[in-house]
Amino acid sequence: MDGKLLMRGTHVLGEAAVRSGCRIYFGYPITPQNELPEYMASAFANLDNATFIQAESELAAINMVIGASVAGARVMTSSSSPGISLKQEGISYLAGMELPAVIVNMMRGGPGLGNIAPAQGDYFQATKGGGHGDYRVIVLAPAYGQEIADMTREAFDLADKYRTPVMILGDGMMGQMMEPVTFPEPIDPSSLPKKEWILDGAKGRQSRIIRSLWLDPPLEEELNWRLVRKYEMISEQIPDQEMYLLDDAEMVVTAYGTAARIAKGGVARAREMGLKVGLFRPKTLWPFPSRPLAALSRNLKQILVFEMSTGQMVEDVRLAVEGRCPVRFYGRPGGVVSTPEEIARVIASNYHRTEPCAHTF
Amino acid sequence: MKKIFSRPKSLKDAQFHYCPGCGHSIIHRLVAEVIDELDIRERTIGVPPAGCAVLAYNYFDVDMAEAPHGRAAAVATGIKRVLPDRVVFTYQGDGDIAAIGTAEIIHCANRGERITAIFVNNAVYGMTGGQMAPTTIPGQVTTTSPGGRVPLRDGNPLDLSKMLALAEGSVYIERTSVSSPKGILRTRKALKKAFEVQLQDKGFSLVEILSACPTNWKMSPAQAVRWVDETMTKFFPPQVIKDVA
Repeated sequence: MDGKLLMRGTHVLGEAAVRSGCRIYFGYPITPQNELPEYMASAFANLDNATFIQAESELAAINMVIGASVAGARVMTSSSSPGISLKQEGISYLAGMELPAVIVNMMRGGPGLGNIAPAQGDYFQATKGGGHGDYRVIVLAPAYGQEIADMTREAFDLADKYRTPVMILGDGMMGQMMEPVTFPEPIDPSSLPKKEWILDGAKGRQSRIIRSLWLDPPLEEELNWRLVRKYEMISEQIPDQEMYLLDDAEMVVTAYGTAARIAKGGVARAREMGLKVGLFRPKTLWPFPSRPLAALSRNLKQILVFEMSTGQMVEDVRLAVEGRCPVRFYGRPGGVVSTPEEIARVIASNYHRTEPCAHTF
Repeated sequence: MKKIFSRPKSLKDAQFHYCPGCGHSIIHRLVAEVIDELDIRERTIGVPPAGCAVLAYNYFDVDMAEAPHGRAAAVATGIKRVLPDRVVFTYQGDGDIAAIGTAEIIHCANRGERITAIFVNNAVYGMTGGQMAPTTIPGQVTTTSPGGRVPLRDGNPLDLSKMLALAEGSVYIERTSVSSPKGILRTRKALKKAFEVQLQDKGFSLVEILSACPTNWKMSPAQAVRWVDETMTKFFPPQVIKDVA
């Protein structure tokens, strides 16, 4: 499987995981991401020492992930919005126990059961912790098939490097769309560096404990500060973004994932109308690329945030911009997918606005 | 002088925090003795629950990974599938395994996971202060069944071990008690067999151990063990529930 291949996003993610040395996957069926567990089941059937379990529940799946991570494996699970809500308990434990794992959320419409159409309503849940307690999860937001492949490799590397869960945040459209992709060279799992903290039996060493319970408050406080120091380091080292047509831009559209691709089309059309518009696309949602956006905002007349939600990332944009320019919002929640023409119209109708903006939905 | 009795190697030199008369201390010791006897200390990984026994990792001198409440069977599954030649056991209370973790243990048994579950049944939620458990017996007074458990309102005690025996993947399930010297010896034998079933790669094994909780039962330790023998065993008779090893 070499050269350029035409594959759907979920399959790209699965193949990239296998090539990243992932040999153990746990999942539970939920639309619109079922092609990913199906791909893992098929791929693992042809591999030695690979384990696919269709778990009895999302809870069981994420807790199997905890176990596999404890034992040192590169492990992945995937789901879609309602299923990710169920996994949040386990994600909190992964963070607290400082365990690496890759979690994929192909978002769908919500709240509740919602629908199976592409949406971005889980931004808060993904980037602000999601489960109980003081923690963060690294969140990568691919927008292209090739980026799904690259970010999947990156997700496993970051998880191991920082001993923390990493989420790949996509949506139903991204999972289904077929695009040409070139995969990185496969990694032989046995060539990965040995992890020195795992539980594999106390042979010739002291026994180890992996836990998140610290009954003594000062010890629990120390865990929290240790996590903060780690998160600060991550925030220094990994924020990433795509910047498109920004050199002379007076207005910038900020969007991520599928919304960013739609916005890019809108920006290109607005350019054809002679409007000086660019696109700022965060590729890491946590940590959010606040610094480059803040620097950019000094020279802008306004920022328009576009999301397939009622407005979640817009809060991080406003925190980054700190009032240096107006930040407006346009969103379509519930699984409705905008068109580039629609975004071009929104850009054009806001372009000459000068009044300070109210928080609008 | 010849030393004829000492701490098992698989127990750390630490003082148990368990209440006087609590069965956990006895059960910890039995598990550690069996691990020593089978010479598997250096390849055993334990998964304690949320509950009184979460601190088991302070006592067992083997690798230990904490599980969220009820999820020990899923965590153990993940460990065992990565390291199939290691010995993996869960240590779970009745609330952990028979209420919040029912789904995980049933499917773990049904998959025939090569793990050993140690199920400590004391008919009450211990660590949280004595609330009604799935195994609380009819009439038993707890903080959430102040007038006693009423089956029509609260349900009957759940015999999880019997349910698990229905799963094809379960190979050996026995219920014992640590309320008497005879029961303790029987428990040790059952634990050994349960680990052996795993070592022989035969499937899922579980030992349910009836254990006293004098503190939450508001009894003296002596009264509590008598209550196990005279009352609990009517609903949970010690017996080999399944043995297809």
